[in-house]
Amino acid sequence: MTKDFSIIGKRIAMVDAAGKTSGAGKYTDDLSLPGMLVGKILHSPYPHARMKRIDTTRAEKLDGVVAVATGKDAPNTYGILPVGHDERALAVDKVRYVGDNVACVAALDEATADRALELIDVEYELLPAYFDPEKAMKAETDLIHDNKPHNIEKDYHHVFGDPEKGFAEADHVAEARFIANEVTHAAMEPHSTLAALEIDSQTGKPGRLTVWSSTQVPYYLQHKLSLVLEMPMSQIRVIKPLVGGGFGGKSEVIPLEIIAAIAARKTRAPVKITYTREEVFWAHRGRPRTIIDLKTGVKNDGRITAVKARVVQDGGAYCSYGVVTILYSGALLGALYDIPNIQYDGYRVLTNKPACGAMRGHGTVNVRFAFESQLDELAAKLEVDPAVIRRRNLLQPPCVTINGLRVQSYGLPECIDRVVERSGWKHRKGKLTRGRGLGIACSHYVSGAANSIIRSDMPHSTVNIKIDRDGGVVVYTGAAEIGQGSDTMTAQIAAEVLGCSLSRVKVVAADTDLTPIDIGSYSSRVTFMAGNATLRAAEEVKKQIALAAAKKMNCAVEELVFRDDGVFNSKSINVGAGVPPVQAPGGDERGRSSPHRSQDQASVSGRVEGQILRGSLQQQRNEEGPKDFMTFEEAVVAAIDFHGALAGTGSYAPPPEARGGKFKGAGVGPSPAYSYSAQVAEVTVDEDTGEVIVHKVWAAHDCGRALNPVSVEGQIIGSVWMGMGQALTEEMVWKDGLLMNPGLLEYRSPSSVESPEVEPIIVESIDPEGPFGAKECSEGSLAATIPAIANAIYDAVGIRLREAPFTPERVLAALRAKKNAKLLDLTEGIDPTAPERFREHGGALWFKGKGPERHASDPARRTEQA
Amino acid sequence: MKKELIELQINGRSYELAIEPSKLLLDTLRQDLQLTGSKRGCDDSSCGACTVLEDGIPMLSCTMLAASCEGQEITTIEGVSEHGSLAAIQKAYGDWGGAQCGFCTPGFIMTVKHLLAENPEPTEDEIRNALSGNLCRCTGYSQMYQAIKAAIDAEQKGSAAVSAAR
Repeated sequence: MTKDFSIIGKRIAMVDAAGKTSGAGKYTDDLSLPGMLVGKILHSPYPHARMKRIDTTRAEKLDGVVAVATGKDAPNTYGILPVGHDERALAVDKVRYVGDNVACVAALDEATADRALELIDVEYELLPAYFDPEKAMKAETDLIHDNKPHNIEKDYHHVFGDPEKGFAEADHVAEARFIANEVTHAAMEPHSTLAALEIDSQTGKPGRLTVWSSTQVPYYLQHKLSLVLEMPMSQIRVIKPLVGGGFGGKSEVIPLEIIAAIAARKTRAPVKITYTREEVFWAHRGRPRTIIDLKTGVKNDGRITAVKARVVQDGGAYCSYGVVTILYSGALLGALYDIPNIQYDGYRVLTNKPACGAMRGHGTVNVRFAFESQLDELAAKLEVDPAVIRRRNLLQPPCVTINGLRVQSYGLPECIDRVVERSGWKHRKGKLTRGRGLGIACSHYVSGAANSIIRSDMPHSTVNIKIDRDGGVVVYTGAAEIGQGSDTMTAQIAAEVLGCSLSRVKVVAADTDLTPIDIGSYSSRVTFMAGNATLRAAEEVKKQIALAAAKKMNCAVEELVFRDDGVFNSKSINVGAGVPPVQAPGGDERGRSSPHRSQDQASVSGRVEGQILRGSLQQQRNEEGPKDFMTFEEAVVAAIDFHGALAGTGSYAPPPEARGGKFKGAGVGPSPAYSYSAQVAEVTVDEDTGEVIVHKVWAAHDCGRALNPVSVEGQIIGSVWMGMGQALTEEMVWKDGLLMNPGLLEYRSPSSVESPEVEPIIVESIDPEGPFGAKECSEGSLAATIPAIANAIYDAVGIRLREAPFTPERVLAALRAKKNAKLLDLTEGIDPTAPERFREHGGALWFKGKGPERHASDPARRTEQA
Repeated sequence: MKKELIELQINGRSYELAIEPSKLLLDTLRQDLQLTGSKRGCDDSSCGACTVLEDGIPMLSCTMLAASCEGQEITTIEGVSEHGSLAAIQKAYGDWGGAQCGFCTPGFIMTVKHLLAENPEPTEDEIRNALSGNLCRCTGYSQMYQAIKAAIDAEQKGSAAVSAAR
C-alpha cells in the first residue's frame, strides 16, 4: 500500500528524537527563570478529617520563605468533568485522603521550603474513613462529599435487548466475580509546573499568567486556571514543554498546576513545583480497583446470547474522570463482538484514597480481563478452540451495535488469524510441556471520544499552516506531544499532502497563545482528530499553491501532482513510475532525505545565492515559458505572489452519526473509529514458587493504517508491556488509606529482565474516515494482554485466576485450592493487620510498634537468635 | 549550610563551583551548571534516569555528593554527542524507537555507553541484564535492543571505513 506515498507508512525517527537523545530537549523541570522560587506542598497525614484551624505565621517568619498559600487564596472548586467540580487546589474545610493538599510554601530554596512545611500548624478533627468501596456504599453519615449519598459518585443501569431472554436461550452460562487491583501510570517524569505572572508592559501592573506544565491537556488547564483564579482565559498562557510520558496521569488538571499559579500570584515571582515520586503516587488518577460480577451465556456453537455485568469501581476521594470511567466500562462491552443482549450496572464509589482517573485503556481494561477470561472458560466447557469461539462472535460491519456504537473498519478477524498463525497456535496449543501454556484474548479501543468533555459544537481539533517565501512549512497545532509521536504524525501528514520533504516542516505545538484549540492528548484521539485537521489544513494550502502553479505551468489544477518537493504536470510526466526530472527523490531507506539533497535544493532555489539572485533566477525561468515542473519553493513563491499570503486552516469534529444513542450516559463510548487487537501469550508457571514468566506475546493490532510503523510498533509493544505489568506485578497496596509502596521499585514496574519479547503485528483495515485511513494504536492493545496471560496460565496448569495481578501468592493459593490442599499460611504469627503483600516480608518496619515476630523459617530470625 | 569551593571535571571541562557540601551531584549538574539532560525520576535511586559516568563507570548522580566527585572525570549525556553531532547510539535510539517520551533516554544511553565499552558485542541477555538498573515506562525495552544492535553495526561500519581509508 505504502508505495503510493512518499512519507506516510515509512519507518522514520520522530521529529523531536535528537532533542531527547542528546539531552538538549527541555522538560518542565529543566526550565528556570530569574528570581524563581521553589514551591513545596503540605499534604494531609489523615485520610478523612475536618480542618479546624490552620496557622502559617511561624512558617512565614522563617528566613527565606516568601509566602505561604492556603485554601483561602483560591477557594473555587474545579474538576476535569463539568459534573465533577468537587476539588479544591488547597483544602478549605476538609481533607479526604492521605496526601490531600493543605498549604504551599514558596521559598528561595527547597531545603527552606521543606523546613517551613514543618512549621505550619494545622488542627484536624478526625472523621471515620472509608477504604473499601462495598463498605463505603453502605455509609449513611460522615460522607466523603455531602452531596453524594452512600458515597456513590455515580451509578448507571443500562439494559440493551432482552438479557433475561438471552440467558434463557443459552446452552451454557458462566458466572463469576473478578477483581483487578489498583494500578497507576508511573510515567518517568514526575509532574512539574512553572508559573510566572508577567508585568504588563503597558500598564505596569501584574497582568498575564504564563504556565509551563507537564500536561496532556493544555487547553483544559487554561480553562480550569481561569475558573479557579478568576482570570479571563485570554490572560492565561499555557505552554507544554516536552512531557516525559502521560498514560492518562497528566490528562486532567493536577493540583500542583493550580497551586503553582496561586503561589506565583501571591509572591509576584515565578514559582516552580515539581512532585517527588511519592507525591506522584498520591496525585495518582490511575486505574481504580474494580470488582466485576460477570455473567455470560453462550449457545453450544459458541455464539454469545447475553452478557450481564455489575461493576464497582473504588474511585478514591474525588470524581476526576470517574463518571466517564464507569461509563466506558459498560459501553465498551459492545463494539468488539456481536452481543445481542447486554445488562450493565455500574457504580463509581468514593473512598478516602487518592482519586482514580484515566489510565491507558480507560475504563475498558478490567472489564475486558473479566470478559475474555470468562469466554475462555466457556470455550473450555464447550470444547471449542478459544480462537474459534472469538471468530464465531464477530460483528458484521458496517453496523451499529445494540448499545449505539457505530463500527466501520473492523480488522479483528485478521488480527485473530495473524496471531494464531504467528504463534503456531494450532499445532502448539495444549501440546506444550507441563507448566507451559498459550492463551488468547482480544480487545479494542476508541480513536478519540465522539463527544468532548465539555459538550459543545466546537471542533475537537484545529490546525493552522503557514508557508513563507523560504519554503518552510510551519504547522500550528494544539495537540500535545507526550512521547507518543503526535508532532511527527502532524509533520508527516502535512508533508505528504504538500508533497514536500519532512525536513521542511516545523511543528509548533501546544502553546495556547500560538496554537489553535485542540482538546488534548487523551482517549487516543490525536492521530484521528488532529491528523484529520492537519490533513484539511494542508489540503487548503495545497489548493492555493495549485491555483498559482497551474497558472504558471499553463495547465489545469487537476493535472498537478505534488510530490518529492516539487509540483509536476501529471500529463507530461509519469509521476511515480520513475525518477522525476531535475532532481531525484533522495532519502535513505529509512525515509529521511539525505543531507546532500537539501544542499542541491538550496542552490536550485536560490537559498544559498540569496534573495536578490532568486528574483533574477525566477525572471530567467519565467522567460523560458510554461514548464512541466516547479520546485516546491518556486510554487510557494508563485502562490504568495498570487494570493498575497499562504496560510490554511483545517478542523475536525466527529460526524453526528458517530456520536451514539440518546439514553442517559450514551455520550461515552461512541467514537468515529475503533482499533482492534488480538494477542497470544506464552507463559511458564512454576508450580513450586507460583512464579509466572511471560516468554513471548504476539500482538496484532488493527490501527487502520500505520502512518509511521516504528511508532505504531512502539505503541503496541508499550501497551502490551504495561498490560503485562498489571497482570503480574503492579499493584498499589493500601493500609488504612496509606499507600505502602509509593516508589518505583516497590510498585514493581517491570525492568528489562522481566520484560518478554513482544512481536507486534500491524493490521491495516484502512478506516474510511481516518487520516489516510489511520486509527488509534496506543491503548487498544493493553486490555488483551491481561486475559491472554490469565488464559495462558489456565492452559499451563489448569487454574483460573480471577484477581489481578497474578502474584506468586495468588498462583500458589489457586494451585493448592485445585488440589483441595490446605492453604499455606506463610504469614502465621505476623501482624494480621499488615497488607497481604507485605506480611511475607515480616512487615515490621512499616508499622511503628506493631512489629510482628519473624516467621520461624525466616533466616533473619535465625540470625537474631544467634 | 555554608558553601564550599569545589572543582569538577565534567565532559572534559573544568568548573569551579561554590556549593553546599550536602549538595547532590544531580542537583549541581541541573541547577548550578544547567546541564539538565540528567533527569530526576524518583526519590530513592530506583529509576536510573540520572545516570552519569564517573571515570567511565555508570553511577546514579542522585546518590552522590558533588563534593565527593572532585578529581574524577564526569561524563553526562551532554558530553556524549561527538563534535556537535549525535553519537551512533543516540542516532540509533531515535531511528529505532528506543526513545518515546525521552525522559529515561539519557540515563539509558549512559548505561549503554558503558556496556559497549566493556563488551563491544553483547548478547541480548547481556543487554537485558545491563539495562535492568534503568526503568522505562513507554517502550517495553524491545526497541532499545534493536537500537543498540544498530548502533553496534554502525560503529563497526564506521571503524571499518576508517581503517579502509588508512
